Amino acid sequence: MAYSEKVIDHYQNPKNVGTLDKSDKSVGTGLVGAPECGDVMRLQIQVDETTGMITDAKFKTFGCGSAIASSSLATEWLKGKSIDEALTVDNMDFVEELNLPPVKIHCSVLAEDAIKAAINDYRVKNGKEAIKFEGSVVH
Amino acid sequence: MLKLPIYLDNNATTPMDPRVLEAMTPYFLEDFGNAASRNHPFGWKAEEAVDYAREQVARLIGADPKEIIFTSGATEGDNLAIKGVYEMYASKGNHIITATTEHKAVLDTCKHIEKSGGEVTYLEVKADGLIDLKELEAAIKPTTILIAIMYANNEIGVIQPVREISAIAKKNGVLFFTDAVQAVGKIPVDVNKDGIDLMAFTAHKMYGPKGIGALYVRRKNPRVKVTAQMDGGGHERGMRSGTLNVPGIVGFGKACEICMNEMDVDTKRISILRDKLENELMKLEEAYINGSKEHRLPHVTNISFKHVEGEGLLMGFNKNIALSSGSACTSASLEPSYVLKALGLGDDLAHSSLRFGLGRFTTEEQIDYTVKAISETVLKLRDMSPLWEMYKEGIDLNSIEWAAH
Repeated sequence: MAYSEKVIDHYQNPKNVGTLDKSDKSVGTGLVGAPECGDVMRLQIQVDETTGMITDAKFKTFGCGSAIASSSLATEWLKGKSIDEALTVDNMDFVEELNLPPVKIHCSVLAEDAIKAAINDYRVKNGKEAIKFEGSVVH
Repeated sequence: MLKLPIYLDNNATTPMDPRVLEAMTPYFLEDFGNAASRNHPFGWKAEEAVDYAREQVARLIGADPKEIIFTSGATEGDNLAIKGVYEMYASKGNHIITATTEHKAVLDTCKHIEKSGGEVTYLEVKADGLIDLKELEAAIKPTTILIAIMYANNEIGVIQPVREISAIAKKNGVLFFTDAVQAVGKIPVDVNKDGIDLMAFTAHKMYGPKGIGALYVRRKNPRVKVTAQMDGGGHERGMRSGTLNVPGIVGFGKACEICMNEMDVDTKRISILRDKLENELMKLEEAYINGSKEHRLPHVTNISFKHVEGEGLLMGFNKNIALSSGSACTSASLEPSYVLKALGLGDDLAHSSLRFGLGRFTTEEQIDYTVKAISETVLKLRDMSPLWEMYKEGIDLNSIEWAAH
């Protein structure tokens, strides 16, 4: 299938590949997907405790080009956003921005789930309750 | 100069040999006759060309020309053989034995048979992709009429023990059909030495044109008959009606002749290239060859690169190298290759596989380019893979409770 220009660009020049220290209290880690499904995304956010702003975001993804592009785009979007703003990112935002075809919608869902998982991880680490998301598969 | 893109998907289809096209051309233009027109020179010429091609095709597989039934391709051949035997031998029984790694054209035809009241046994394969002959023998019942086992697999190139299978079939009075699409023209196939009763194959996997294939139907010891699946003018000894595709048949014949004459030289050269490709890629960490290395077509290899997803991997070079992946993402089903899963591979390894099909026109320069491009992409994607990072940290991936998606 033909990929959109944006997917190809993220695949060839992925933004923010890397690893943050997951034991750090200011870091939230979301690991979603499964090797059996052919997609695993790990999204990490670094949060400034006083302002609640996301100061850094990193990803590593096992998956197709669309999965890599979705996670790369997620890190770009998250940097500079507050946690509350980050929670409003919807999977359809990825579909629209990357022109994902219907068979790749699951990549966008995974990216949204990864964001939520990272935020919840951060919350739990900092003594807050995890947010319960409706219909989410995030652990 | 290396010309891009490089074609390494010869199991899907092969380019036509220019000599084949040359042989075909007159039969589109001046010699356009219908081979069934018995009353004028146009028909005579077409018939003569078909007769000659039928001999060329028969010779490649050690058959009698009368045993060659031209079809539109191997899918039709698979359908005609299985449904045709099922209907023709209904009074004898309704049980067919096949294997889980067969091509969809066989598996789906068997599903059709099951829906219409037949019984089908699907043999599992061993980790090397070969069927277990003891299991085959044990699966035979008084109602068994057909064993349908492919000659060589399209995804992993594994060659089944055809002679042993046919001996078991013969001993039990059961017919043996083989889908030999990937084998004919690539390795020596002889319907008599191999004990084959019916065999489907096609021109476009052996440097011939698309849209033409053949079903071999044995005429002696035993005389095999199939019920026609298309009604009409009674062409091809009544087994396959429809005006003959004369240019296609001529091309098929020529392709068979070239394969016969050049098989030894081609095989030797191509297998050296395949081995080079394989050896170089196996230098990467955590790379695995899928299926038997010993019983395998000389031009095929299927390799999994652990912790890298196949489609993502292809994307790194598919503008320049044409390959297939066993990954799910290439289809809407999200299920990885059922053939690889049948070997017992986990979904993760099945998702991480690439299938290489070399061919007559593959060059060493192309292989060198491919090795470099794939190695670089694997390394790049592993740097980006959370699974690779965990593997390197010594984390057992099976210990993680994954969120199934």
